[in-house]
Amino acid sequence: MHFGPHLLLAALEGLVTSAVLALTALGLSLVFGVMRVVNVAHGEFFMLGAVLAWAISTAISGHPAVGFVAALVVAPLLVGLVALVAERLVLRRLNYNPEGTIVATIGMLYIIQQLALTFYGPEARPVEPPFNYRILLPWFGYSGYKLSVVAASAILLVITWLVLTRTRIGLIMRATQYDRETAQAFGVPVERVYAGVFAVGAMLAAIAAVLIVPISQAHYLMGQDPLLLSFIVVIIGGLGSLRGTVVAAILIGLSDGIISMFFSPTLAKIIATLVVAMVLVFRPQGLFGTTPR
Amino acid sequence: MRDASPAKAYALHVGVIALLFALNFVLPDYHQGLFARIMALAVFAMGYNLLFGYVGLLSLGHAMFFSAGLYGAGLTVHHLGWGVPEAFIAGVTCGALLALVIGLLALRTSGVAFMIVTMMFAQVFYLLILYFAAWTGGDQGLVVQQASRTLNLGGASLDLTDPTVRYMSALALFAVVLLITLTVVRSRFGRVLVAIRENEERTKMLGYDTVANKLAAVVASGAICAASGAAYALLFGYVGSSFAGVQYSILPLLWVLLGGAATTLGPLVGTLFMYYVTDITSGFTSAYLLIVGVALILLVLFFPKGILGSIRERWLGWLP
Repeated sequence: MHFGPHLLLAALEGLVTSAVLALTALGLSLVFGVMRVVNVAHGEFFMLGAVLAWAISTAISGHPAVGFVAALVVAPLLVGLVALVAERLVLRRLNYNPEGTIVATIGMLYIIQQLALTFYGPEARPVEPPFNYRILLPWFGYSGYKLSVVAASAILLVITWLVLTRTRIGLIMRATQYDRETAQAFGVPVERVYAGVFAVGAMLAAIAAVLIVPISQAHYLMGQDPLLLSFIVVIIGGLGSLRGTVVAAILIGLSDGIISMFFSPTLAKIIATLVVAMVLVFRPQGLFGTTPR
Repeated sequence: MRDASPAKAYALHVGVIALLFALNFVLPDYHQGLFARIMALAVFAMGYNLLFGYVGLLSLGHAMFFSAGLYGAGLTVHHLGWGVPEAFIAGVTCGALLALVIGLLALRTSGVAFMIVTMMFAQVFYLLILYFAAWTGGDQGLVVQQASRTLNLGGASLDLTDPTVRYMSALALFAVVLLITLTVVRSRFGRVLVAIRENEERTKMLGYDTVANKLAAVVASGAICAASGAAYALLFGYVGSSFAGVQYSILPLLWVLLGGAATTLGPLVGTLFMYYVTDITSGFTSAYLLIVGVALILLVLFFPKGILGSIRERWLGWLP
């Protein structure tokens, strides 16, 4: 294969990574933006989504699409429920103190990971894609499912953006993010907003995982890379900025796809992590964010 | 206020060291080995405590300082054939230099950003170990040969693989670091660190250079953690990348939280307690991480001050 088509393939793969990453990082960014909680267990919600998707799609017989659609609906709801319980039982009692919640979410990370290992096992298991259609390009055939993941992610991002900017719920969320106490004084049920945001954040990660699981398999350790990459995206994009998150996800996803196709993936990760750490040190508001108040 | 009883505090610490010394002759073989490991790792926890407990800086990347010491000592022995004292010094120096560089960068941030930045630098360090697998052994790690783990002291040669020598070496390091920590936290420098934790702006206004003091604390903490890592490599003879992973950044946090942050003996109590909890429960279940996770959540929810922190609050106000 010549260099041009090779690059196109790398870019397409990168785009799929970007699409999934944007959804996952958006969840992390919402939780941090509104609640000021760094959710270290975010990657485990992602993993939980994938594992549940496997469980649901294998429980339902018939055409693979039926099982997949069921997983796409049920798995995020279950993950959201888990997040809601965790928020009620732990985060609220800590009064959303930044250091306390980081330690507590590290605890959740270990608990979810261990439970997945115990009940799901150490194997990586595939989920069948809902359809197998190959788009034939002049140089190579490309999976139609992968492109539909990109489309689905784009639609979800637009919906989230519309909810945040055009609806009453979005207004309440932004008010809580802007100033928690004033919002409360104006009758915003801050605690319910927090619980909702935490659940929605986890659900976004779970949806991303269900979308990716027909491409990469479900495994109990699969939450680690998305967590680190989401952190990178959220930091580069500026904490709590939706536009920045999407732009950064595309940037990181594409460069990750291209760099790891031509260089060692470990080296790609080293460079990306180091660059991000430096961004955080020298430009803490991110490349697109505004200076925090 | 607490200065009223320096003798009491020193007596307690010397008593603890004497008790650990005596335990060497009482403990069965298995527990003797476990205690040696616990004391070496308690030094790691004490280094972490200096920064987290006293300065209030929560780092999620201290595995890099531990493994800087581990690899600094392990690689010089393995590749350059250095002796035990030189390798130990090399390990501590690596940790201190790394801490200086990381401190200069990471201290430009604070709060949540500090946690994430330290975690990312540690991740880079971990990946570098994997990337240079030709020298570091990568995933598999290296075994430090038994023959090279002998300490020559003026004619007498001590075999660090012998259980009693190993126990005493770990105890010696532990005792030195414990007494250094006790002296540091009671010193003027220690008071400034606590003042920074309580209110950095006010400390700055009183004329203290808070950045320089914090940097000194990061370097001291890094050097102590590296000493623990170097001792671990030399005493137990294994150098591996798993010690640089995220888990080894979380464990000292857990040990310190459990024992009591900002108490001098807390790190030992936390490490001891956690090691034995895992040791006992491993008989019934392999779900080691589940226990770590549940312990972390219960601690932050119900005992944010840890075991010794709660004891100090209730009964023994003089506990350092």
